[in-house]
Amino acid sequence: MAETFTFSLDGGKISAHPGQSIMEAADAAGVYIPRLCDTEGLKPQGSCRVCVVKMNGRTVAACTQPAKADSVVESETPEILGYRRDLVRMLFHEGNHLCPICEASGRCELQAMAYRLGITQSTKYPYLQPVRPVDASHPDIVLDTNRCILCGRCIRASRDIDGKNVFEYVGRGIHKKVGVNGDNLADTNVSIDDRAIHLDICPVGCIIQKGRGFFTPIGKRQFDLAPIGGEEKGHEE
Amino acid sequence: MAICERFGNDRTRLLDILLEVQAQFRFVGPSLMECIARQISTYRVEVEGMVSFYAFFSDTPRGQVVIRLCDDIIDRHAGTGEIARVFSRILGIGFGDTSPDGHFTLEYTPCIGMSDQAPAALLNERVVTCLTPERAEEIALGLMGGLNPGELELPEGDGNNLNPLIGSTVRNNIRLRGEVLLGEVPADAGLRKTLRRPPDQVMEDVERAGLLGLGGAGFPTGHKWRMAADTPAERRIVICNADEGEPGTFKDRVLLTERADLMIEGMTIAAYAIKADGGIIYLRGEYAYLRNYLEAVLQRRRDQGLLGAGADRLGGFDIRIQMGAGAYICGEESALISSCEGLRGEPKNRPPYPVESGYLGYPTIVGNVETFCCAARILDRGAAWFRSWGTKASPGTKLLSVSGDCERPGVYELPFGVSVRELLDLAGAPDAAAVQVGGASGQMINMSQFDRRICQEDLPTGGSVMVFSARRNILEIVEYFLDFFIEESCGYCTPCRVGNVFLKQRIGKIRQGLCQPEDLDYLRELGRTVAETSRCGLGHTSPNPVLSSIANFPLVYAALLKENRNGREASFNIQSALEESRHLAKRRSMIYDPTYDGD
Ligand SMILES: Cc1cc2nc3c(=O)[nH]c(=O)nc-3n(C[C@H](O)[C@H](O)[C@H](O)COP(=O)(O)O)c2cc1C
Ligand code: SF4
Ligand code: SF4
Ligand code: SF4
Ligand code: FES
Repeated sequence: MAETFTFSLDGGKISAHPGQSIMEAADAAGVYIPRLCDTEGLKPQGSCRVCVVKMNGRTVAACTQPAKADSVVESETPEILGYRRDLVRMLFHEGNHLCPICEASGRCELQAMAYRLGITQSTKYPYLQPVRPVDASHPDIVLDTNRCILCGRCIRASRDIDGKNVFEYVGRGIHKKVGVNGDNLADTNVSIDDRAIHLDICPVGCIIQKGRGFFTPIGKRQFDLAPIGGEEKGHEE
Repeated sequence: MAICERFGNDRTRLLDILLEVQAQFRFVGPSLMECIARQISTYRVEVEGMVSFYAFFSDTPRGQVVIRLCDDIIDRHAGTGEIARVFSRILGIGFGDTSPDGHFTLEYTPCIGMSDQAPAALLNERVVTCLTPERAEEIALGLMGGLNPGELELPEGDGNNLNPLIGSTVRNNIRLRGEVLLGEVPADAGLRKTLRRPPDQVMEDVERAGLLGLGGAGFPTGHKWRMAADTPAERRIVICNADEGEPGTFKDRVLLTERADLMIEGMTIAAYAIKADGGIIYLRGEYAYLRNYLEAVLQRRRDQGLLGAGADRLGGFDIRIQMGAGAYICGEESALISSCEGLRGEPKNRPPYPVESGYLGYPTIVGNVETFCCAARILDRGAAWFRSWGTKASPGTKLLSVSGDCERPGVYELPFGVSVRELLDLAGAPDAAAVQVGGASGQMINMSQFDRRICQEDLPTGGSVMVFSARRNILEIVEYFLDFFIEESCGYCTPCRVGNVFLKQRIGKIRQGLCQPEDLDYLRELGRTVAETSRCGLGHTSPNPVLSSIANFPLVYAALLKENRNGREASFNIQSALEESRHLAKRRSMIYDPTYDGD
């Protein structure tokens, strides 16, 4: 890119080029901004809101907000940490999350984000306790949307990488969920080799590969080895 | 399928296709979804995504007559409950149900824009208003006897509602006519003057008049036009937002009925100014009874050479009507554009803003019905004339939709800056105790604040003013508004989708006397997170009823909150002690278990 500019992120100087989001510029500079719906290789959608930052005093999503020259961006402030904790708690309470018996435990980004933000115990919010049927129709794949955080990563991976549109949002508001392009997964052309089914696409434990549960011993799992976003300060609540 | 063909098998017209399929088959089930998907080259799950987004669609068969009873808070206060019992009793079905013979479906719907003549309902597209138990009984018996909604004998409406193309029982209830909009308006005077001047000067006039968007957000209209005009593009689009979904607002309905030409004139002026060739009127599904009339006005204007191929001075600018399908969020301008493109009515990520990349990627201006009407008047009478009303930051007049506990509900055209008290005097509301200004997303003010003024500098509103007397329960109103937002949130982002549910749950608990003063901190903090981190205006404003009622009606809350006198005593109740075990047992859920009413 020809022209670059800079902005400040929590006091540090970050350089960016036109069109880059705050998130991309921060990533390139090695500064981590917490995120759940955004992941490398997919178009950002700005739905989880965990990446909120203040740009010149206005709250924006770092993954979708283009960086602006000379802007002042705040990320790790007590106010923003409070928002992020609230948002992660909302996601915990929206779905059914019992980490000890979940096969995503240890590689789950929601769980890891809760640790990073210092959320340790059950919280003030009520539990919504969805009771959606688990789709185990497919020989290789199970879909359990009771843990879904609606990040849309499976949807985007299937549409934009696999070219298949196996997944799509259905419903609205609190009844919004992930639907599949058919009566159930077995009725779609999904394959275990799809990018959308890859373990790093679903950040939680909704998309399960049959016969591959609990394959990594405790202690060796992704976030046992290093916290999400890299070795950095944990936060006391 | 012939319906898809009629829309050229065009994926972007999926909303129209589904409206027709729903009307013809009375549902859009999986096999119809499959069939539509194949024909317009998309995926069945995308069609399902649409069907499950809009309230007017259903994947199971609905009745030949769908009765939608408005359960807005104003209607509830006016007696919706009793009307509901009458319909239910005579039709023999509950709300949400369809009769076994497939004749009737009974359901509730949020505000249908008739709060000044509540309780009201929709019988398919026909509106019925001022329902009493007797009239409801007559209607229900008539329908049971085999009459179509159109054949029912109803009292006549007023004004242009009597036009055979409208033929509605709806009343305009115009209480006060100002000089800008509801007084005498010469036909197309603004447009004639516009065509004699370069587009740039037209925008300059609107800028100098200081016209602010009248749909609620108050963005400077001239500036919006300028930005769209300055974006290089092959095509530009003008959209009129007639989605009017904010509870308690009905002034656009009156303008659509009485000032349709003026509104279209304003859109035409905008098209000339920004060099747009495409126009859309996004008409909320609840106002379908106005559609034939509006189509006829558009056709007459085409015949007059003011629109379409014959309008050579206007580059062939033409307008189509896009019907909505029951989604308040589609009033948000970027969600409205999604909806026009045949997508789920979800707001888009911004930037880019619609003025840069809107409908189908073309620079687009979205303006409110009233805004386009004002623009046409400004081009006729000039910026200085317009500025002779209103305040410095809010020039001109405003149509206010007044409803609730007052003697003269209806539409008032008043200069910006009018105080709430003056308005209440005009409307005859001597025992007003609380006023909700700006609809569900607005502010609830108390008696000591009635001297506050309606304008951008003080109390902004898209038009909704709901009056509540002292016998109303403030927290019932607040809880209702939260229900509304839960129902209408698109669900895209976490804070609005989930946070509003939590706000409502705690308000419900307070109403049951299960809370302590600390719970107000919980509400304030949660409200702040929702307002700050949400992705669009719906979530930015949905905590307003909670936050403004806590600020302005502290005693109402205090009376319901128990002091935590003795350690944990007051907060202890068996329900919360059981919460964790219930969670594990996965039994009760406030969202998924309809009989469950809070923790
Ligand atoms: C949830 C939501 C609903 C809205 N509903 C409407 C509406 O029904 N009518 C309207 O004109 N504007 C509505 N708006 C405002 C529009 O986004 C937009 O600002 C407006 O149409 C622009 O027109 P104006 O500048 O002429 O007011 C809504 C905004 C939000 C966030
Ligand atoms: S999905 Fe993640 S947060 Fe949820 S139960 Fe599994 S490990 Fe825990
Ligand atoms: S199933 Fe997983 S990847 Fe898909 S939206 Fe839900 S949480 Fe995200
Ligand atoms: S704030 Fe609400 S309505 Fe707006 S995008 Fe988020 S979920 Fe949808
Ligand atoms: S990572 Fe930005 S909103 Fe989810």
